[in-house]
Amino acid sequence: METLSLLASGFEVALTPTTLMLAVAGCIIGTMVGALPGLGPSNGVAILVPLAFSFDLDATEALILMTSVYYGAMYGGRISSILLNIPGDEPALMTTLDGYPMAKAGRGGEALVLSGVASFVGALLATIGLMLLAPVLSRVAYLFGPAEYFALYLLAFSTLGGIASDNQRKAALAACIGLGIAMIGVDNSSGMPRLTGGHLHLMDGVDFLVAIVGLFAVSEVFVFIESHGKNTAIGVKLEKIVIPFKVIGRCTGTMLRSTGIGFVAGILPGAGASLGSFLAYTGEKAMVKDSSMFGKGDPRGVAAPEAGNNAAAGGALVPMLTLGVPGSGTTAVLLALLLTLNITPGPQLFAERPEVVWGLIAALLIANFVLLVLNVPMVRLFVKVLSVPPGVLLPGVCMVSFVGIYSLSSSHVDMLLMVAFGVLGYLLRKINVPTVPIILGILLGNAMEDNLRQAMTLSGGEWQFLFSTKIAIGLWIAAVTGFIAPVFLRRFIKQPKPHVDEQMDVDRLTD
Amino acid sequence: MTDRLFGLVALFTGLIYVYAATGIQSGFLPDPVGSRTFPMLVGGVGALCGLLIALKPDRPEPVWPGARTLLSLAVACVVLVGYAYALKPLGFLLPTAIAAGVLSYQIRPKPQAALLTGLGLSGGLFVLFKYVLGLGLIAVPRDWL
Repeated sequence: METLSLLASGFEVALTPTTLMLAVAGCIIGTMVGALPGLGPSNGVAILVPLAFSFDLDATEALILMTSVYYGAMYGGRISSILLNIPGDEPALMTTLDGYPMAKAGRGGEALVLSGVASFVGALLATIGLMLLAPVLSRVAYLFGPAEYFALYLLAFSTLGGIASDNQRKAALAACIGLGIAMIGVDNSSGMPRLTGGHLHLMDGVDFLVAIVGLFAVSEVFVFIESHGKNTAIGVKLEKIVIPFKVIGRCTGTMLRSTGIGFVAGILPGAGASLGSFLAYTGEKAMVKDSSMFGKGDPRGVAAPEAGNNAAAGGALVPMLTLGVPGSGTTAVLLALLLTLNITPGPQLFAERPEVVWGLIAALLIANFVLLVLNVPMVRLFVKVLSVPPGVLLPGVCMVSFVGIYSLSSSHVDMLLMVAFGVLGYLLRKINVPTVPIILGILLGNAMEDNLRQAMTLSGGEWQFLFSTKIAIGLWIAAVTGFIAPVFLRRFIKQPKPHVDEQMDVDRLTD
Repeated sequence: MTDRLFGLVALFTGLIYVYAATGIQSGFLPDPVGSRTFPMLVGGVGALCGLLIALKPDRPEPVWPGARTLLSLAVACVVLVGYAYALKPLGFLLPTAIAAGVLSYQIRPKPQAALLTGLGLSGGLFVLFKYVLGLGLIAVPRDWL
């Protein structure tokens, strides 16, 4: 009952004309960003966050706008996956496996509608799950002391490194790079500058938005220069769009199962949407009786990962809002947004600023219905976005990034740093070092150190204090398992290979 | 080879980081951990990861671009750095048109399309930012008018 009255108060916030308009605008922008080939939720949201500050929005409004963009991009990502065989980001990869073959067989419209409905089911149920689970978890979070928080941050890094990357050494190094960058600047506790090399500009530390935009968006430009945008333009024409009620009906079970899997995967700190869509797809393939069509255009292979990754997107908001630990690259970007808005996620947020949390949840519920309308009957409009050539899109993304960072600080040093992060991001991607742990490190570094120091001050320097409670021990065990277990599991679970189009290779050669 | 080299770079960067962290001044408050421990820990773990990467490199080797693409990438870098310096003193329109045009040319080497992209993005984004989103951008420096 309490939840319902809180939700009602949330709708009071969300149904004001301004907020409603922002949610709708966020959904439209998000779907477009998601559909743009080469842009996905994380880099799309990243370039828009700095701009969101330049409007006079209050915290709730800014949060609602950007979360709507996030949800929208999760929906929109499937459009380029299905029609172009180009995933906007990692979670969308699974959708290409069956979506693209379906589109090639002339069932593109069907795949788009089905995946739109699957996204809706996944995202809506996950938002309801968020609504029910987040307040409970926020009460559990009161039991967390500094030792537990330190272990929790470690857990986030280790699951992220263990699951999202195929090389633990490189993921751990990425986390260290991020943590190392976070240390730069004035030390909160002692007031002394650290590792600034005497540069005045670095006294405030490296702005995480600069790092995020550089690593996620500017690096994309270099990647496209290398590929000359060649693997983008070939796609499948979209024929008439009909709503395949029969297929949707047959996929209901798939959607519900995948939503459950995706939501749980999303809640795990550090795991996020990639794991959600991966588990949903492989789980569904293992569960159905006749899986011979998987990878060749099985509608269930489209419904499963889409429901899974959208459910994970909702699930990832649970640890982000209650514990301040993001579950994916995009939620890391949203955490950056929260921190810049001076909203500290955690149990206090639920107790002291319920209008932020419940306004957000109500806005997400509304956003889902808006997105269903945008993504099923109006999907044709967004398909047009696919034809933006990379030669226009990427310079545009780059210029928007610059203006965003410039509007934050009006300093050329930040823009130079952003370019440096762009180059770093490109190099690391070539060497197969994941960039999300870097962002997480920059975001969580100071909090992680503060918690360690508090824990040590409380215990008078006894290191055993870090393992002194049941919760802390549990988190440490989970962290170690999350980091090591995937090494062994990888032998049994193979990542499905994305569909390679022979025709496309020929075109690439002749282009 | 790439991974071995990269691992060594990471190893040495980590060690330098640890060395730099030893030079951090401590504060006056009593603190059992201090300002140095955590950075040193991070640098140490990073160096260790670097060493492990160098000892056990990934297969297969990443494919590095050829000389011409490297040149394109370098040009793009220079343009972006120049843009960072030029945006404030030279106003939005001119630097954006040049930077966007050059970047577009690096992605798709078609001069006409690149020129149009530069002009279009510069004008279009200016209108969007200035008049739709209300950002305080300057079109061209005042003393040019």
